[in-house]
Amino acid sequence: MNHLDFDWKPVALVPLLSLLVLPLIGSGSTWLTLTVAGLAMGLIIFVIASGLTLVFGLMDVLNFGHGLFIALGAFVATTVLGSMSDWTMSHELWRNLVAVFPAMLVAMAVAGAVGLAFERFIVRPVYGQHLKQILITMGGMIIGEELIKVVWGPQQIALPLPEAMRGSILIGDAAIEKYRIMAVIVGLVVFGALVWTLNKTKIGLLIRAGVQDREMVESLGYRIRRLFIGVFVMGSALAGLGGVMWGLYQQTVTPQMGAQVNVLIFIVIIIGGLGSTAGALIGALLVGLMANYTGYLAPKVALFSNIALMAAILLWRPQGVYPVANR
Amino acid sequence: MLTRLLSNDLPRSRTLVMLLLVLLLGLAFAPFLFPGVKALNVAAKVLIFIVLVASFDLLLGYTGIVSFAHTMFFGIGAYGIAIATTRMGPTWEALAVGLGCALVLSFLLALVIGLFSLRVRAIFFAMITLAVASAFLTLASQLSEFTGGEDGLTFKVPEILSPSFELMDEAFLGVMLDGRLVTYYLLFVLAVVLLLTLLRIVNSPFGRVLQAIRENEFRAEAIGYRVVVYRTISSILSALFACVAGAMLALWLRYNGPDTSLSFEIMMDVLLIVVIGGMGTMYGAVVGATLFMVAQSYLQDLLRLGSEVTTGWPWLSALLSPQRWLLWLGVLFVLSVYYFPTGVVGRLRLRSARRTSVRVPS
Amino acid sequence: MTQPLLTLTGVHTHIGAYHILHGVDLSVPKGQVTLLLGRNGAGKTTTLRTIMGLWRASQGALTFAGQDITRLSTPEIAERNIAYVPENMGIFADLTVRENMLLAARGAASEKQMDTQRLDWIFGLFPAVQKFWNHPAGKLSGGQKQMLAVARSIVEPRELLIVDEPSKGLAPSIINNMISAFAELKATGVTILLVEQNFNFAQKIGDTVAVMDNGVVVHSGSMQDLTRDAALQKSLLGLAL
Repeated sequence: MNHLDFDWKPVALVPLLSLLVLPLIGSGSTWLTLTVAGLAMGLIIFVIASGLTLVFGLMDVLNFGHGLFIALGAFVATTVLGSMSDWTMSHELWRNLVAVFPAMLVAMAVAGAVGLAFERFIVRPVYGQHLKQILITMGGMIIGEELIKVVWGPQQIALPLPEAMRGSILIGDAAIEKYRIMAVIVGLVVFGALVWTLNKTKIGLLIRAGVQDREMVESLGYRIRRLFIGVFVMGSALAGLGGVMWGLYQQTVTPQMGAQVNVLIFIVIIIGGLGSTAGALIGALLVGLMANYTGYLAPKVALFSNIALMAAILLWRPQGVYPVANR
Repeated sequence: MLTRLLSNDLPRSRTLVMLLLVLLLGLAFAPFLFPGVKALNVAAKVLIFIVLVASFDLLLGYTGIVSFAHTMFFGIGAYGIAIATTRMGPTWEALAVGLGCALVLSFLLALVIGLFSLRVRAIFFAMITLAVASAFLTLASQLSEFTGGEDGLTFKVPEILSPSFELMDEAFLGVMLDGRLVTYYLLFVLAVVLLLTLLRIVNSPFGRVLQAIRENEFRAEAIGYRVVVYRTISSILSALFACVAGAMLALWLRYNGPDTSLSFEIMMDVLLIVVIGGMGTMYGAVVGATLFMVAQSYLQDLLRLGSEVTTGWPWLSALLSPQRWLLWLGVLFVLSVYYFPTGVVGRLRLRSARRTSVRVPS
Repeated sequence: MTQPLLTLTGVHTHIGAYHILHGVDLSVPKGQVTLLLGRNGAGKTTTLRTIMGLWRASQGALTFAGQDITRLSTPEIAERNIAYVPENMGIFADLTVRENMLLAARGAASEKQMDTQRLDWIFGLFPAVQKFWNHPAGKLSGGQKQMLAVARSIVEPRELLIVDEPSKGLAPSIINNMISAFAELKATGVTILLVEQNFNFAQKIGDTVAVMDNGVVVHSGSMQDLTRDAALQKSLLGLAL
């Protein structure tokens, strides 16, 4: 995109929201804590949502069962981290990371593999039929959730943070949790990797073109079906990664967590515009910040506040902040 | 006369007619045919779900809209009764006020959701209703002074309907004529009346326009029907019926909580029933609800049996555990959407049509 | 006597319930420019899309370079070096001109791997492509987009170009530009199948002609013959030539 033409307005929403809330919160240090928390949560949500929005943009498939991969990733992490307790109990950060990174990789691999099966058996037979897609992907998620309960049991499992990742750093008066800073870093790395892939590689080019005009990409000689499978698997893997991060954020995992986070994801991609990665980031940051600010200011209306946010954005731009051009 | 009652929407299949007759008689005489608390509970749930699912069929099968907010209206109806009787005492006025307020609230919410969201694409609408329903569920749990929070509200119902009320001292045909019975027959009458009303609605000119919109929205708009208006009305009607179903539920259980009426599982149950029974048929709701409720209550026992028999293979046993009921339902659901898209009723009608067409000489 | 590169035999195409092509017989000779003419709704675009596999032929056969392509998917057909420029040009508006061209260059993983000599030749044919190389393609004018669309179709050597109404909505000066570009392309040995409504344009570059009406080809022959025969033109003129 030409830098001079870049639409800055949606990006401005993020600092705008943060600044608007400052007088309501009052204390600068509380504001800082909440903002970092919001950004961390937002980036985790972005990691999960990015795959979903690309899948929709590219192939017009909406996976209502995306939450399954979140839960799967989180549960896999409990198993992996559980078996590496001497590494997670250690007070040395590098040892903790040696446990956490494999957990993330295994979670991504498992989620990606399940994603492959999901695409083949649940999604592929209903390409182009939106109604059936909605029903079937929900059905797939239910089946998946129940299978999780078979493997790991129906109750919630604790996913404690490794020792060295606990606690907070003090910046002035504000206590900022170390894990949240890590989550922000991981989230930004994922975003960076996605942006780089989309803009600097040919595959990324294919994805961006396919989101605009699938038929033309096929007419240029590319098998877009294969590309789609790849994007679906990547999206599922990213959801798995997000699940690990979310699980560590909440420090517990439950089989229903997928369905719960699903709602937030949908709000995010509606705000962002179906098919837009940048939109998903803005949406995710706004939702994360909103959840944390209202959690502090008016906890009872937290979820409603996100819906109100979505409604407000839709009134401004009915297709989301960065609508994808051609549909 | 029967044809007029059914609004000219006949079952169109001998098997279906027999099935419906059996169900009708079974439900009408349930307290006498199937003694015991559990059986009557199942029968009552069938009646309630017939109304709930038929109203959802109006939206999904006839108008072509997927909405996950249906259980929200169900919950509003149930909470309406619960809150009113808790605050105003177990009187008929309380029931009237509760139901009335619930209907008004449902109307307004359906109107807002309809007008706002039906301008966007179907996928957006589905997601938005999901979000709104989730928010409502959280709200119900949180406003505990009003709704009883997670624990819900237990309340009394007017005397005639309460279990301690007795019409006669001795049992009639082996069954005590108590308030439970009265409530059951109230539900039965309501279910029949509401179902026939829905049949009238979908077979009216309004209903025909809905189906036209479902088939080809663009064309319907081009012919001159304001699609948004029709969809909004359909959405409102569907919500109102669901609201009454919720009131029925509350009256029966004399309790209501977030999980009883607002949970996501109930939404899935509704989807399952409408798909398995047959979308766009109304009769599908009757057949589907019965099959589902009976299966849910009694097949769990079967699963338990299966689980015990296979204790030697722990994974198989865990898969067959009665608590994994939803897993098998999910599999059935996915298979139904693929192979059985017209549901039981659709299949029966197809078989019937084929049989009659074979007999006609070419 | 040139061999047909592409043949359609008795091709029927249905779109949903609509029966659009009712048995199309078409022969596209190699190394020539074949014009597909006819009024709106005759089935010209449908024929092109059926060739590209975007719509399936319900009956009949399509052969390219001696091989049956009736049941192939669109990417497989494109891989045989058949390039398609649709009526709406198929430009990716959010991508830059450079990215549009790179995408069409299947053999190049990045800009560096593109054939610079060939690019220079293309820039010579269509200067706008070079001028707006790093601009979003959506910012180009209609004529420039059309040139980009054609440039994209030849970024690598192709055997057959299928172009749908290249002169539509273009100013006369640009049309002349287009005509000379096609002439140069033909000189390199590329076979071109062109759908056109503008008979003047068609006359100047066409070698062979096929006229369609109601989903069938009603006349085929050489462009020369058609140009000379005013009566024939008039009878087919009802078809808005």
